[in-house]
Amino acid sequence: MPEILVFATLNGLVTGLLLFMLASGLTVIFSMMGVLNFAHASFYMLGAYFAYSISLWFGYWTGLIVAPLLVGALGALVERYGLRRVHQQGHVAELVFTFGLAFLIEEAVQFFWGPETRNYQAPELLDFPLFTLFGQEFSAYRGFMLAISMSIFLGLYHTLTRSRVGLVIQAAITHPQMTAQLGHNVPLIFTMVFGVGTALAGLAGVIAGPVLTTFPGMALGLGSIVFVIVVIGGLGSLQGALLASLLIGLLQSYAIAADVGVPDLLAMLGVEFPGDHPLDDLWTLHLAQVAPVLPFLLLVLVLVFRPKGLLGKRE
Amino acid sequence: MSKTLKAKAGLWGGYLAVLLLLPQCFDSLLAISILNQMTIAIIFALSYNMLLGQGGMLSFGHAVYFGLGGFLAVHALLLMERGSASFPIVFIPLLGGLTGLLAGVFVGSFSTRKAGTTFAMISLGIGELVAASSLILARFFGGEAGISGDRTFGPPLFGIEFLRDVEIYYLGAGWTFLATLCMYLFTRTPAGRMANAVRDNPERAEFIGYSARWVRFISFCAAGAFAGIAGGLFALNYEFLTDENLNLATSGRVLLMAYIGGLGFFIGPIIGAVLLTLMNFLLSNYTELWLLYLGIVFVLTVLFLPRGCAGFVMMHESAWRRGTLHLLALPYLLTGLPALLFVLAAVCLAELSHATGPTLHYLGLSLARDSALAWAGPALLAAVGWILTARSLPRLREAWERANAAEPERRT
Repeated sequence: MPEILVFATLNGLVTGLLLFMLASGLTVIFSMMGVLNFAHASFYMLGAYFAYSISLWFGYWTGLIVAPLLVGALGALVERYGLRRVHQQGHVAELVFTFGLAFLIEEAVQFFWGPETRNYQAPELLDFPLFTLFGQEFSAYRGFMLAISMSIFLGLYHTLTRSRVGLVIQAAITHPQMTAQLGHNVPLIFTMVFGVGTALAGLAGVIAGPVLTTFPGMALGLGSIVFVIVVIGGLGSLQGALLASLLIGLLQSYAIAADVGVPDLLAMLGVEFPGDHPLDDLWTLHLAQVAPVLPFLLLVLVLVFRPKGLLGKRE
Repeated sequence: MSKTLKAKAGLWGGYLAVLLLLPQCFDSLLAISILNQMTIAIIFALSYNMLLGQGGMLSFGHAVYFGLGGFLAVHALLLMERGSASFPIVFIPLLGGLTGLLAGVFVGSFSTRKAGTTFAMISLGIGELVAASSLILARFFGGEAGISGDRTFGPPLFGIEFLRDVEIYYLGAGWTFLATLCMYLFTRTPAGRMANAVRDNPERAEFIGYSARWVRFISFCAAGAFAGIAGGLFALNYEFLTDENLNLATSGRVLLMAYIGGLGFFIGPIIGAVLLTLMNFLLSNYTELWLLYLGIVFVLTVLFLPRGCAGFVMMHESAWRRGTLHLLALPYLLTGLPALLFVLAAVCLAELSHATGPTLHYLGLSLARDSALAWAGPALLAAVGWILTARSLPRLREAWERANAAEPERRT
């Protein structure tokens, strides 16, 4: 029992922090431009594919550096020539634009890399068990993922709250006109933040690609989850995003690890249902089956009962 | 009868006539199946327009109501197969519509409090929730395999047993006409008018005493009901439903249809539904890249034609009224032809890179994949097309301004 708990916690942390890398960019972009970027997870996917192609020629470590930069540049271009144009038509048009972009990127990935799964591998350097606990190995690569995402969180938090750049960004979020009056190029700041946000998503893709497999559907599955996190954590709140990422990561990890379900509950209550009933599926439900649904259930509940999210300040 | 009313009656009569005459003109099995899909798409896209175009509610989960209506319809067919129920299958879409309405009432009761991003997120959450649950509740939804029924067990209506696709087409066309008419009339009711007002300015609508939430709720329920009707028709036509019919992919497709056709114009989604269904059938047979092209077209539409095809046509209304439309003909031709050249050449390059055989047959040409000329030719043409298009744009803009700036002719 304890080994299941420890490993579920560790895996939940890895997933949660990975999700946070996506959610942090999304939430900062949202607080700046008020637009939820549907295509954010698509940039994550692009990161993985770019890194895969680069790693074929120059190895994993070059990809780790170059791929996020490429993704960030692409993101900045999208903001400059796409989003800014649509911005005049309001938030709904922006959301529709990013939705179309997500659709387009998925098709473009299939165009360039084909529909099959790509064999993107973790570097050999990290291909050893970091430690063995209760006879189970925890791979060094997962430890590396943890370290990267932790340092990203600390670095981001420090930059946004303690540095001059962060100060200007925060000013541009709350008082864009005043910031412009003081001589800062606010549209450029927006483009930069969008670029950095998408670069972070790309970095998440680079380090997650080898573990979660690199295939054209990888954005779709994660995209909605990241949305859920940003909404649950409170739109625009970085701490909220961290909290919600860990919550979702651990929740899913525990739900999969826990081998309990309705039959156990019914057995505990001493109730027995006849088989072959139209609602059979409900009686035989297991927690692991419900795991993918849980984030969306949480999303709807939060939006209905606490639209601000856990730590958000506005709806 | 006033003149406009007469014109409108004529328009609707024409619509009905086109719906009824189409299978006479195109009577191949393939054409009928395309037409069937079109009728379903028209109702579905129009119901989506009720939400986004008229009510300002961006939904990423509209397929839920479509799919639930469809699943209930298949279960009704299964009941008839077992002999537990018996009614003409003409009423199956009505059952789908009721299901959609009930689902809409339930979801709308908490999701219509706000429009904008909050609404979009709730719709996404509900959509993912229902899609994921449909895989868990395999008994009702059939899991990944889906469920299938048989429409021939219902009692025949006036001797028609609905064995052939064309009979289903007439059933679908009847429902499409009825649903289109109802949705149009809905836009004329106070509820439909207020939906526009709430879309444009919820605060003002509240000030004159309307509850924005209540107005949205009514639109939402109606949209759910019509989506359910489309789902019921889908069930009758294909006799088969899977989880794909209520997941994000279907919700996205209806968004694309409505948006490309033109939101906010009643006829827009009809154009979008017809266009996309037709393109889907015509192009998906020839190219694997059709979805990529669709994605590009969609993004370009959002960027440059925010009001879709219908909006593009309506842009010319003022020039038409001024009688200056002819000023635009030549500049359009000068921009359109090079643009067409660019598109054709670019598509040629894309297809060449993905050709399965050693040669690609494209527009009557046979291009060998390994010859340099086959690559250089289209690349050159694309470049020429691009440059010519870019150079003609200032002229088009100038002509546009001239056509719209001219003093309208005074009629005395």
